Amino acid sequence: MPFDIYDFSSFTGWIDASLRAAMSPFWTIFTEFVLLGVAFLAFYAVVGLLLVYAERRVCAFMQCRVGPNRVGPWGLFQTVADLIKLLFKELIHIKKADKILFNLAPFIVIIASFFALAAIPFAKGLHAVDLNIGLFYVMAVSSVGVVGILLAGWSSNSKYSLIGAMRSGAQIISYELSVGLSLLVIVVLAGTLQLSEIVELQRDGWFLFKGHLPAVIAFIIFLIASTAEINRGPFDLAEAESELTAGFHTEYSGIKFAFFFLAEYMNMFIVASIAATVFLGGWMPLHIGSWDGFNHIMDYIPPFVWYAGKTAVIIYIIMLFKWTFPRLRIDQLLTLEWKYLLPINLFNILLMAFLVLMGWHF
Amino acid sequence: MLFSYIKGIFKGVGTLFTGMGVTTSYFFRPWTKVTQKYPENRKELKMVEAFKGEVTMPHNANNEHSCTGCGICEINCPNGSIELVTMFLVNEDGKKKKAIDKHIYHLGMCSMCGLCVKTCPSNALAFGNEFEHAVFDRTKLTKVLNKEGSTLKKGVE
Repeated sequence: MPFDIYDFSSFTGWIDASLRAAMSPFWTIFTEFVLLGVAFLAFYAVVGLLLVYAERRVCAFMQCRVGPNRVGPWGLFQTVADLIKLLFKELIHIKKADKILFNLAPFIVIIASFFALAAIPFAKGLHAVDLNIGLFYVMAVSSVGVVGILLAGWSSNSKYSLIGAMRSGAQIISYELSVGLSLLVIVVLAGTLQLSEIVELQRDGWFLFKGHLPAVIAFIIFLIASTAEINRGPFDLAEAESELTAGFHTEYSGIKFAFFFLAEYMNMFIVASIAATVFLGGWMPLHIGSWDGFNHIMDYIPPFVWYAGKTAVIIYIIMLFKWTFPRLRIDQLLTLEWKYLLPINLFNILLMAFLVLMGWHF
Repeated sequence: MLFSYIKGIFKGVGTLFTGMGVTTSYFFRPWTKVTQKYPENRKELKMVEAFKGEVTMPHNANNEHSCTGCGICEINCPNGSIELVTMFLVNEDGKKKKAIDKHIYHLGMCSMCGLCVKTCPSNALAFGNEFEHAVFDRTKLTKVLNKEGSTLKKGVE
């Protein structure tokens, strides 16, 4: 089996070739779809559980606590135990809920995050779909999730859920502007929307460094706005445990609640992946201009390690936000977006366009 | 106007970084933990003085307590978790005097509000630090606070 940890296209090509040799083209495609689906499902579950564990651990460390440490070594299987518990829990039927929408909502949320996951380049050649409008696609499908949240709030026929969902709608729709515009800054610099090409363009330096000041500003704005877009603290008004019990998923129980919970963490993972890919070079090792020796040493670290490391750093920063800052009020939230982030962002795009026009970037 | 807007942004970002610095510094200093691992450290576990685990009646070395049986604790208890069984003792002068036979305390109903301890005129009651009260039978939660054969301390009226 040709297995190269530096270039996965040999591995995927080998699977494709051996399948084609064994069956007709239609069944080849079918088998590949099934394989891909199973792989993504497994990846989704494992990463989701790991992130929940990581969150509880990081939060505990920041608050001078120990965190989960009883189930398995260092409490690693705590989230697995939690998932098993959630699977056994009763699915409570709300009498006055809109049955169809109530049952549909968690699936919309989770499917939206699945869609976005498909376009992320994990390593060289490890990329489910490499669309030429990859970045646009990710932004578009990740905003489908808000539909699920709004439906969940509306259909459960509860005041807490409805208030949570309305807040979430207002928040996600406003912050999507900032997310999009801050990514556009990099698109202006890169000149492409294709994620694989964006990664390839960062071979001689990450965009965070290549783009000077506008890229740094865009990175900070992206971190803030995407934290708001995935409904995490300090922007977690939609859930706001202390005010709205649990916001839009108050009425959900058992595995449907687990879907919302998993989707929230996977959205965090997706946002971190996008930040890592667009600003920090994705799976591309750290290369500095013409330092050939240094670049060569960095090349020895496999791409998916680079990718996972960068993503982990971004996830840590997002967790740091949540466990440091107090929750914003809804007016403060909208002020931050419309009076600060958006004008800065627009100015930032102009600045970047000017830099690119003058050729003042690396 | 524009100057103060820009200054506000930088000041705000600065304060955010201060907060993140604090949490990050705790994150990278695992020895700052305040959590204690309970079942493992049972031997050396030391509760703080102010901890309210249960209501106790301190006895001195001669098996003497200072409860006169006045019944103020029983009246004050909001949950009815204190019951007094009193008796009359005849002292050397031939006078009858009230004393406790049993000071019954229902731990299962107690909410540790402290009204009995606070209002006791002779400071006969105190809070104990013991907190491992789990039993399989709720009748075991009913306790008699005065010890077998204990008497009233001299000089307490």
